[in-house]
Amino acid sequence: MAEATQEKKNVGPVDDKVHTWPHLVRLEFLVALFVLVMLSLWSLMIDAPLEEPANPTRTPNPSKAPWYFLGLQEMLVYFDPWHAGVVLPSLIIVGLMVIPFIDINPKGNGYYTYAERKYEILTFFLGFHVLWVSMIIIGTFFRGPGWNLFWPWQHWDPHKVVALTNVDLPYLLGFRDYWLSAAFGLFCVVAYFVAGIGIFYVWVLRVKGKDFMERWGPVRFAITAFLFVTMLSLPVKMILRLAFNVKYILVTPWINI
Amino acid sequence: MALKKWEEIKKDIVENQVWKAIFRHGYEDTPRNRVLMVTANVFLHLHPAKVRRHGVRMRFTWCMGGLTFLMFLVTVVTGIYLMFYYRPVAEYAYADMKYLEFDMPFGMLMRNMHRWAAHAMVVFVWLHMFRVFLTGSYKPPREFNWIVGVLLLVLTLLLSFTGYLLPWDQLSIWAVTVGSNMARATPLLGHEGPFADFVGANPIYDARAFLFGGGEIGPHTLLRFYILHCIFIPMVASILMAVHFWRIRRDGFSGPSL
Ligand code: HEM
Repeated sequence: MAEATQEKKNVGPVDDKVHTWPHLVRLEFLVALFVLVMLSLWSLMIDAPLEEPANPTRTPNPSKAPWYFLGLQEMLVYFDPWHAGVVLPSLIIVGLMVIPFIDINPKGNGYYTYAERKYEILTFFLGFHVLWVSMIIIGTFFRGPGWNLFWPWQHWDPHKVVALTNVDLPYLLGFRDYWLSAAFGLFCVVAYFVAGIGIFYVWVLRVKGKDFMERWGPVRFAITAFLFVTMLSLPVKMILRLAFNVKYILVTPWINI
Repeated sequence: MALKKWEEIKKDIVENQVWKAIFRHGYEDTPRNRVLMVTANVFLHLHPAKVRRHGVRMRFTWCMGGLTFLMFLVTVVTGIYLMFYYRPVAEYAYADMKYLEFDMPFGMLMRNMHRWAAHAMVVFVWLHMFRVFLTGSYKPPREFNWIVGVLLLVLTLLLSFTGYLLPWDQLSIWAVTVGSNMARATPLLGHEGPFADFVGANPIYDARAFLFGGGEIGPHTLLRFYILHCIFIPMVASILMAVHFWRIRRDGFSGPSL
């Protein structure tokens, strides 16, 4: 047996393998021990919360979802529940799942590199850190009664008066007729996607080149562009809301966006 | 010199009849034995017998996948302890929590560990995903394991979420109410969602009612979440983890090509 390994070493590429026992098992054991000690200390010092018994007739203000869902709850400020609570989370899950199939860059497989996959990493960074994590931070630390914005050092005044000045985009632009507004809203949403996907196309062509686009293919491009433009709709809507008090863009009897 | 002394003491301990009666023979540090330690052990053989050098460095994996699994194991152990004292019935649940905290030996500690390990699991699984992304480890041939991972991520969140309701206090019912309100806005299937009228969804017959076992959060919801939390989701997650680990073993650990 010793001979066989010897032989392998001589012909194949350099083998950099080490024995799992003890090299990996030792590390796992030590790390597990360390984390278990930290967890025990933490649990000895900080108690899990337990409030008054459940009372369905007394709604606390604010009612917050568990912290890991506060990103979704925060999105409810900008989109309706069916969109922020159902469509976007589903797209997040699907979007994560398609990553291995839309990323056809063969480089950067199994090692850390920024230079070889700049755009992939920046996109993930935008979605995960800038949007998801920061929304959780806002939801956890900056939202008080009535889901109003409060600084952490500010008193949570449940009677804080915030003027409801948000109006729909068609109204803001002077549309008063119901169906005309709806048509204009629909136009805006469609135009956003068409323009967004178009710009994405031009941009990919410029930074990645024509060769890449051909290898990438129309299906991968379409999926990526749709998901990317949808992801950007969150900051776009946030800016519209915070800067121009825009409530909805598309208003219909069935759905509002 | 001192080393020699230790060797002698070790020899005295190991080479006598009592020791040999118990342990039979020592562990001899040979390559063959190193491999056997892993392949002949039902738990350790989750690992391959040999791994590439970079794969054992913390810098590469951040140990996050393993620690997510460790947190899962901690919640399983502490969770079983909690289950001995907890009844998922609206009249008893809250009282049982108090009982557990004040009367059970180590009850509070077990509850704290269960709670904090669950939170840690959520954080670790996010960091694990981030690590896997940064090393590009989802690229061929590991695409499918990334998908299994995303499912595990969702299940981790759902495990945490269903457990949140069980203390049956103000925090838990309202957090779960807010968290599941969106179910009633599901297009077509939620009574407040778009196009609900076409399907005939109403407050006691829609997606949220299915989740809650009724139109409002109540005793039926508690039982439902308890079963999801203690049986259904852990079972599915365990199966997916088995697949996840099996795939890592088959595909080998990602790494720069030699
Ligand atoms: C309950 C949740 C999870 C557990 C217990 C788990 C466990 C593990 C473990 C122990 C490893 C070995 C390497 C390491 O420690 O980093 C691993 C690797 C891996 N995990 Fe996970 N994981 C989970 C969730 C996820 C998620 C959310 C993703 C991605 C979306 C994912 C994708 C992967 C991939 C692609 C590998 C292979 C990495 C490589 O070969 O370098 N896993 N997982």
